[in-house]
Amino acid sequence: MKILVPTPLRQYAGKQAAIDVQATTVGEALNTLTSTYPDLRKHLYSDDGKLRAFVNLYLNDDDIRYLQQDQTAVKDGDTLSIVPSIAGGSW
Amino acid sequence: MAGIAEKVVSLSNDEILRYSRHLIMPEVGMEGQLKLKQARVLCIGAGGLGSPLALYLTAAGVGTLGIVDFDVVDFTNLQRQVIHGTSDVGRKKLDSAADTLREINPNVEIRKFETRLSSDNALELFREFDIIADGTDNFPTRYLVNDACVLSGKPNVYGSIFRFEGQASVFATKEGPCYRCLYPEPPPPGLVPSCAEGGVLGILPGLVGVIQATETIKLILGSGEPLIGRLLLVDALAMRFRELKLRKNPDCPACGTHPTVTELIDYNQFCGIRGEEAAAPATMADMTVEELKKRLDRGDDLFVLDVREPHEFQICNLGGCLIPLNDLPKRVSELDSSREIVVHCKMGGRSAKAADFLRQSGFTKVHNLAGGINAWAERIDPKVPKY
Repeated sequence: MKILVPTPLRQYAGKQAAIDVQATTVGEALNTLTSTYPDLRKHLYSDDGKLRAFVNLYLNDDDIRYLQQDQTAVKDGDTLSIVPSIAGGSW
Repeated sequence: MAGIAEKVVSLSNDEILRYSRHLIMPEVGMEGQLKLKQARVLCIGAGGLGSPLALYLTAAGVGTLGIVDFDVVDFTNLQRQVIHGTSDVGRKKLDSAADTLREINPNVEIRKFETRLSSDNALELFREFDIIADGTDNFPTRYLVNDACVLSGKPNVYGSIFRFEGQASVFATKEGPCYRCLYPEPPPPGLVPSCAEGGVLGILPGLVGVIQATETIKLILGSGEPLIGRLLLVDALAMRFRELKLRKNPDCPACGTHPTVTELIDYNQFCGIRGEEAAAPATMADMTVEELKKRLDRGDDLFVLDVREPHEFQICNLGGCLIPLNDLPKRVSELDSSREIVVHCKMGGRSAKAADFLRQSGFTKVHNLAGGINAWAERIDPKVPKY
């Protein structure tokens, strides 16, 4: 499956926009991602290991909060998007 | 749309000619054009997103367009804030925008609000408008706009940009989700991208602002499929548009079934910002650009360390050694701790972090250049460009 990394986080993911990983669940996919790129971890998870409130994860076009969260099953061809909040507009 | 006071309005012959391409299209027609004429839209910000928003809403014949802004046009705005021109530099954005808009369509009533949107004035400002278009550039104001929209029952036409990526949606309609359903909390200030990662492709606010204008017009007309419950992601580099499903969160603190946000709060505090965020406070270990100049002229042995990015170094530099802030931990061994080091960046923020890091790593003779290379350009050497 493919994980899409948004612009603000690419600097912590080897400047890549998309990363292919092998996984069966969303949680496993993210674990694989953050073990390859440990710097990403603090941007995705708070110190107590919870997904940060300003980062959303979408499996294809669905928010994993409304699926089975970390336990959501994934298959080949799925796309997991990391969508953090951005504030720019006037500058 | 709902909320617009029913009163008798009509179009003059001049207006009929002006809006001809709307009128001959059944999706707008006379009925739709009259709806536009009765509509009152409040645009928060006259910057990157506010420029195309205000330009197109004015051209389309929205009856009343309010603009909230307190800023002044500067040269760095002109690359994307197309409502302002070169001769407007130094003018209030409100005045510059209003002149441009009146030239485009004198039939539109432009209402200028020269103020910073705050918890004290937002609800009162919103009262006289039907739709709020959010063209702001910071998290506190985004949460403020959202909560004020939810509390006053007015749709929030949202757009946001970062470098070459954008987001757009329509929040806070009766049936749809709000911004807090999507993002319950803002990022802590430390995780917000610094000016090192800032910047924006000039066309991007154009793209996203025009999407906001489109959604605003659709809401007024009551036609088409508005971006309610959908988040549109725009990637201008890949030129890819993606759409994600949004849901109204029943536990949302603002628009859920048991809301806890029942009045506007202190949004700076909510976003973890204490007071005005100063550009790195000066400390004893800071060095002014005047002092650096004096000591370099005197021939002192100073090691100038530039912690900006390579593309910034290409714009201008002080001949220092370039090690970007993010690379410093793995390249720290390249530095000689016996020498006196002066660290600089663009404005002093990143170099303050770098100086702290070096001190923690055992370097004792480290100075942070206060104000960075921009201060050098301003006060020491006008041949060095500011950016």
